[in-house]
Amino acid sequence: MRSGRGDRVFAGGVTGLALIVPLTLAGITFLMVEAAWPSITKYGVGFLTSSTWDPVKEIFGAAAYLYGTLVTTAIAVVLAAPVAVGAAIFLVEYAPKRIAGTLSFLIEVLAYIPSIVYGLWGLFVLVPLFRENVEPSLQSLLGPVPIVGGLFAGAIGGRDLLVGGVILAIMIVPILVAVSREVIAAVPTAQREGMLGIGATKWEMVRGAVLPYARIGIIGAIVLGLARAFGETMAVTLVVGNSSTAITSSLFVPGYTMASAIANQFVEATGQLYFSAIVEIAVLLLIVALVVNTLARLLIRRVSAAPQGFAI
Amino acid sequence: MTAAALAPAWRVRRRRRVADTVMAVLLVVATAIAVGLLVLILGYLLVNGLPALNVAFFTERPKPFGVEGGGVGPAIVGTLIVSALAGVIAIPIGIAAAIFVTELRPGRWGGIVRFAAELIAGLPSIAVGVFVWSFLVRGLLGRYSALAGAVALAVIMVPIVARTTEEVLRLVPGSLREAALALGAPRWRVILRVVLPTARAGVATAAVLAVARAAGETAPLLLTALGNLFFSTDLLRPIAALPLQIYQYASSPYDDWHAKAWGGSLILVAVIAAVSLALRAFAPRGAR
Repeated sequence: MRSGRGDRVFAGGVTGLALIVPLTLAGITFLMVEAAWPSITKYGVGFLTSSTWDPVKEIFGAAAYLYGTLVTTAIAVVLAAPVAVGAAIFLVEYAPKRIAGTLSFLIEVLAYIPSIVYGLWGLFVLVPLFRENVEPSLQSLLGPVPIVGGLFAGAIGGRDLLVGGVILAIMIVPILVAVSREVIAAVPTAQREGMLGIGATKWEMVRGAVLPYARIGIIGAIVLGLARAFGETMAVTLVVGNSSTAITSSLFVPGYTMASAIANQFVEATGQLYFSAIVEIAVLLLIVALVVNTLARLLIRRVSAAPQGFAI
Repeated sequence: MTAAALAPAWRVRRRRRVADTVMAVLLVVATAIAVGLLVLILGYLLVNGLPALNVAFFTERPKPFGVEGGGVGPAIVGTLIVSALAGVIAIPIGIAAAIFVTELRPGRWGGIVRFAAELIAGLPSIAVGVFVWSFLVRGLLGRYSALAGAVALAVIMVPIVARTTEEVLRLVPGSLREAALALGAPRWRVILRVVLPTARAGVATAAVLAVARAAGETAPLLLTALGNLFFSTDLLRPIAALPLQIYQYASSPYDDWHAKAWGGSLILVAVIAAVSLALRAFAPRGAR
């Protein structure tokens, strides 16, 4: 192809601007690891296993934050996945097209709401509701049960890990529904017709032909939701309590997540080591986000790509 | 299976029918919960937010607790400034990335740029905040500032612009490009004069959508723009932003401030939703 001067200038300009994107990613990774380096070398693996976080004595271990993040994320996925996947199945397989369009749109609107607004709503609606009704009922109902009871032990304050998980669940519903809907819709019609053709009921068709086909994609959707919940900050910060760094079995303790710890403490982090430790928490979030997103995208891509090959 | 095979046929039929109905009901319930959440959140937002709104709320600066009135004026101005500046930084980069991926290097290099954009889009916004905080606030600039906030928002915007623009550019028919090339136009003219104008509406949508999305971000601004109770247009000083103001009001112990947090949230959601929905309604296919 003839390549004139204009072409070279244009391609150079566009390439320069476009390469900012991968460079930014590399820059983020490199600069953050560099900033966290003093903390990484000083505390090593202890940063992940110790739950002592003492800025005065400059002893930093993020285990409690890690624990809070894992617990709230787990609650979020356990609560949100059945609802979201159920809704996605209904929207694709059951609902008339027009109604499905409207309902999916409404669920999508949930994704437009900024995180701080979820936090506000959680703080003034969910927290009182859980403090007055939900948590006392849970405690009296499940408290005496061995093992499980430990989850619901202790004083009830309303701002705790459980509510943090619930608000996260609400926040990840839209992305779970959107991705699940996509992968379920990608199941070839022939699969469904085959199942119906041998006399299956609608649900048997979904269970036998649609879900096995979409399974990997749905897992991908859940992983994507997990990644979202993992790094979510403002909503959780407002409802999770931010006070205790002890690791206990109860979901009713006011805890921290990694993200809320950063949001709460960065202003105080004037000391070099304190600053470095906070950045290290962010590095952990970064690593998890990179790994999980890569994984989820591979899973989803596999499903959306597969059906065309041997569909009909 | 063996038990089912041994059961009388009518019982099997009934069991299958019951299972079918039960599951259908459960799926409806799941959908109702998902949609119900939206109704609940928007309902509370309207009921608690509307009473807080008046002219002073939009124009005045926050008053200390106990003083009547006051509003979120500086926060609205600040959000406009920071998001606009972020847009100015992010939109050219995002569009260039999309052109690079679809028109210039669709192969391996394009794949790398696209993958990097996807990964940036997946980063927790607080991590982006920490990056800009350590890079600009503690590093190059040495202070919390509107500029740092804009850079943080720009990092969040770029992948949104790039991805949506890419989808729009793919909708431009290849025959258009070929026709222009066949007429002897160099590639840069084809892209600038044929491809981009064809996709104009979609690209504009992508840009505005990204700005609207980023305007609601709190965590990255918290670590970079910090917030400000006064009107400020100095890009090298801390600046107010609506999400930050909501956070401050919400975490205070005062009822009056809580009401203002609801009011601020209502404005924020109304603007973001209005922009997004309007674009969605008018935007061409692919640019959503």
